Amino acid sequence: MSDRLTVLKTYKLYVGGKFPRSESGRVYEVTDSKDKWLANAPLSSRKDARDAVVAARKAFGAWSGATAYNRGQVLYRVAEMLEGRKSQFVHEVTHAEGLSKSKAADVVEAAIDRWVWYAGWTDKIAQIVGGANPVAGPFFNLSTPEPTGVVTVVAPQESSFLGLVSVIAPVIATGNTAVVIASEKSPLPALSLGEVLATSDLPGGVVNILTGRTREIAVPLASHQDVNAIDLTGADADLARDLEIAAADNLKRVLRPQPVDGTAADWSADPGTHRLTAFLEMKTVWHPTGTLGASGSAY
Amino acid sequence: MPTTAPAFADATASDGALRRFLHGLPGVDTVGLEARAASLGTRSVKTTSKAFAIDLAISMIDLTTLEGADTPGKVRALCAKGANPDPTDRTTPRVAAICVYPDMAQTAKEALAGTGIKVASVATAFPAGRAALPVKLADVRDAVEAGADEIDMVIDRGAFLSGHYLKVYEEIVAVKAECGDKARLKVIFETGELSTYDNIRRASWLGMLAGADFIKTSTGKVGVNATPPNTLLMLEAVRDFKAQTGIQIGVKPAGGIRTTKDAIKFLVLVNETVGEDWLTNEWFRFGASSLLNDLLMQRQKLSTGRYSGPDYVTVD
Repeated sequence: MSDRLTVLKTYKLYVGGKFPRSESGRVYEVTDSKDKWLANAPLSSRKDARDAVVAARKAFGAWSGATAYNRGQVLYRVAEMLEGRKSQFVHEVTHAEGLSKSKAADVVEAAIDRWVWYAGWTDKIAQIVGGANPVAGPFFNLSTPEPTGVVTVVAPQESSFLGLVSVIAPVIATGNTAVVIASEKSPLPALSLGEVLATSDLPGGVVNILTGRTREIAVPLASHQDVNAIDLTGADADLARDLEIAAADNLKRVLRPQPVDGTAADWSADPGTHRLTAFLEMKTVWHPTGTLGASGSAY
Repeated sequence: MPTTAPAFADATASDGALRRFLHGLPGVDTVGLEARAASLGTRSVKTTSKAFAIDLAISMIDLTTLEGADTPGKVRALCAKGANPDPTDRTTPRVAAICVYPDMAQTAKEALAGTGIKVASVATAFPAGRAALPVKLADVRDAVEAGADEIDMVIDRGAFLSGHYLKVYEEIVAVKAECGDKARLKVIFETGELSTYDNIRRASWLGMLAGADFIKTSTGKVGVNATPPNTLLMLEAVRDFKAQTGIQIGVKPAGGIRTTKDAIKFLVLVNETVGEDWLTNEWFRFGASSLLNDLLMQRQKLSTGRYSGPDYVTVD
């Protein structure tokens, strides 16, 4: 055994492309599946949530305006970075979820594959859900999907990495920006994901990661007037009801995954596209076509 | 020189006397000034005090549009916003003034009729101030005739920096005479171009001796605008001036104040330096445009308990 002192890591939030401590200065103890201390994580306050929304709103213009192809490349780059830090995530997932090393490795690989899968969807989703609509009149009628805006994501409580990736990637793939509330019990993989995102080409503010008491952060975000949508995946039935009520105030789009009976979701299953389409708004344009006037002019 | 306070009549008798007076002012302790401004910026103002501070700050705003692209329509929209900043909450106070270029003063005057909001107009070849005195005076006359209640003039920084203090002084006196009793005069020093705190103190005294009703930090058109230290320094100058002459002078920081937090810091500076006498829009103003939206969002947060967003305030 070496007599070297190990360097402990200070886990910090990821907001606006930077790594701040919580504005409140608070931290809480994160333990592994056997209640052994792992690290201290920031205990975010509602002001951290507010700052995260400001960062996400600021990033929204450029990220939603980037070409879908470019977004796909950036997301793929994130997967490359994840691959490089795989062992760190295996280590963290092992501790967080009490899995064996090889099981944890499977989970991390599935998460990286999931990220690549969503990266591929960025420039294809518009063709699946948009298109030309047949209408009874002399018009071209075209529908295209557009991102909803700033999305609050309550990440799954149990699946600290695969579940996390599975809820973040679809939100940002379509051009939204996200404020993510990491698993309360196992936040460390989420904070490390922040470090990966910071070293990819993802612009600061596109993903903002907060840790702490889920209810304390989620309630002000659900009522926040500048948040356009909320994903309730990681909220228990009580919290989800409260958040839905608060979210009704400014008509937020709400994703309430079914079933709500508390059975753990199977994150290894084929995710389908419903998480991509949950935070899209359809824009439909009508353009006149054919003969318009007595003169016979046409477009 | 009728406007000079009698106590300082000697100081403005000649260029040499004025120079001796200004250079005889005590030097500014830079470290102390910045530390004092920073420590006053750490005050925590919450709940009812915060609500009071927000309403006070709104009532002190000179809502400003000074762009080449200003149109009568934009000025009228700004006037409507100043009169009724938050249409969803009629208890929101009105702003103090609308600040525009002289050619827009009449438009603003008409739009603000009956609201009690003042029209402030920049003049004297704002923002550079590089024009001959007769041109500057004509600019001021124009604005006053168009109905401006307040004139924001810029000093000739070139003359100030090259030591021609009497020239600057006489220019302010001439502009003050042009304003007559129709308009209050705010004198802009452009602190960002004065380089040193000593210069800001000298400029403050120069402006006050020449008869300014308000001293104002900056135009908002250069890199460094109002900062807590330079505003603190000017507040100290008006405090000392009042102690020696009994004449009260207003202060207006302008440019770069964008958030409620910043605005409250300035209010703390005012309260701690010159006291409650200045905590009204008669004697303290904020030159700002985007600040109002942040104050309104914070006000909505306090009254509804939920965070507001830029979708709930006007764009300009």
